[in-house]
Amino acid sequence: MMIWQLDLLILMLVVICGIGALMIRDLLGAAILFGAYSFMMCLLWAIMGAVDVAFTEASVGAGVSTVFFIAAVYHTTRRTKD
Amino acid sequence: MKILGLIIVVLVGAVLEYATIDFPPLGDPASPASTHVSPRYIEKSIEETAVPNVVTSVLADYRGFDTMFETTVIFSAGVACFLLLRVPPSRRPQRASERQYRHRLTGLTFRIKGGAEVSLPLHEFERVDSIWTPYDFIIEKVCRYLIPFIQLFGLYVIAHGHHSPGGGFQGGVILGASIILLSVSHNLRIALKRMGERTSALFSPVGVFIYAGTGALCLILGYNFLDYQALAALLPGGPIMARSHGIFIVEVGVGMAVMGTMVWIFKNLASLGRYDEGL
Repeated sequence: MMIWQLDLLILMLVVICGIGALMIRDLLGAAILFGAYSFMMCLLWAIMGAVDVAFTEASVGAGVSTVFFIAAVYHTTRRTKD
Repeated sequence: MKILGLIIVVLVGAVLEYATIDFPPLGDPASPASTHVSPRYIEKSIEETAVPNVVTSVLADYRGFDTMFETTVIFSAGVACFLLLRVPPSRRPQRASERQYRHRLTGLTFRIKGGAEVSLPLHEFERVDSIWTPYDFIIEKVCRYLIPFIQLFGLYVIAHGHHSPGGGFQGGVILGASIILLSVSHNLRIALKRMGERTSALFSPVGVFIYAGTGALCLILGYNFLDYQALAALLPGGPIMARSHGIFIVEVGVGMAVMGTMVWIFKNLASLGRYDEGL
């Protein structure tokens, strides 16, 4: 059922997206990379047969929480005001 | 300090990695997770609840308490965002009462300061945000035609959770996301017109109330809390179908709570609690 090549590819992308979201300096980029990370996790859940969890991850993790992050980033400034 | 942190992270990662060696492989029939309680759910869930999707019957029936408090957690998240971010209208800074109107035909923008009331012919003027970019024709139209279908799909996910993946939580998020999409593709005020602050703030406690109320109703009818068999006295189809219907009622409650909370959090977050302009 599991195709190990696909599994390996998605796992690598999960790691790359996670490290990328931490390393990138641009907050909007970090939010988008975190959305990509969530989507990869969703694919992993789907591969492992946990379809309900994959659905939740796709709607909450990749969908709404990315919008929440972007809404928060929208109110930040390049230089701190303090 | 950074190097110390890196060393700790790597060490903890190595320990976790070492700990996973003891784990049974994925899908092992002899693992503890799939020997004690799982076979009972898989074998008996259709007989006992008439729900083909075992995940839904476990979430909303066998483990109904967990899901009820998960819904409460979501509601608390919405209340926390509200209490942290919401600015009462009397304490909003003066800058926020500055409004900008754009003349549709000429593209000129007027700025009205200090909350003064001006009577403008509203079919010629439109209110715009302080950082305003012209609406993209394609984005506006595509979103406008897509949103009804997204909402229909959200309702389908809630109602069809008995038979397919999905349920109240996912459907509620999809319904909330459709309102958020309206706000992102047009502006916050149009979304507020469709679903106001009060509506979204009411939806979340009402959803939790439906869930807890169903449990309490079972208690009143002489059964245990959240034992949906009790609803057989009120719904047609006998005690087994009553459990299926009970799951559906509870899922609707979860969907309402999640939808309301998602829209509520987004509005508070996007407008910094001022509800005038935002993402």
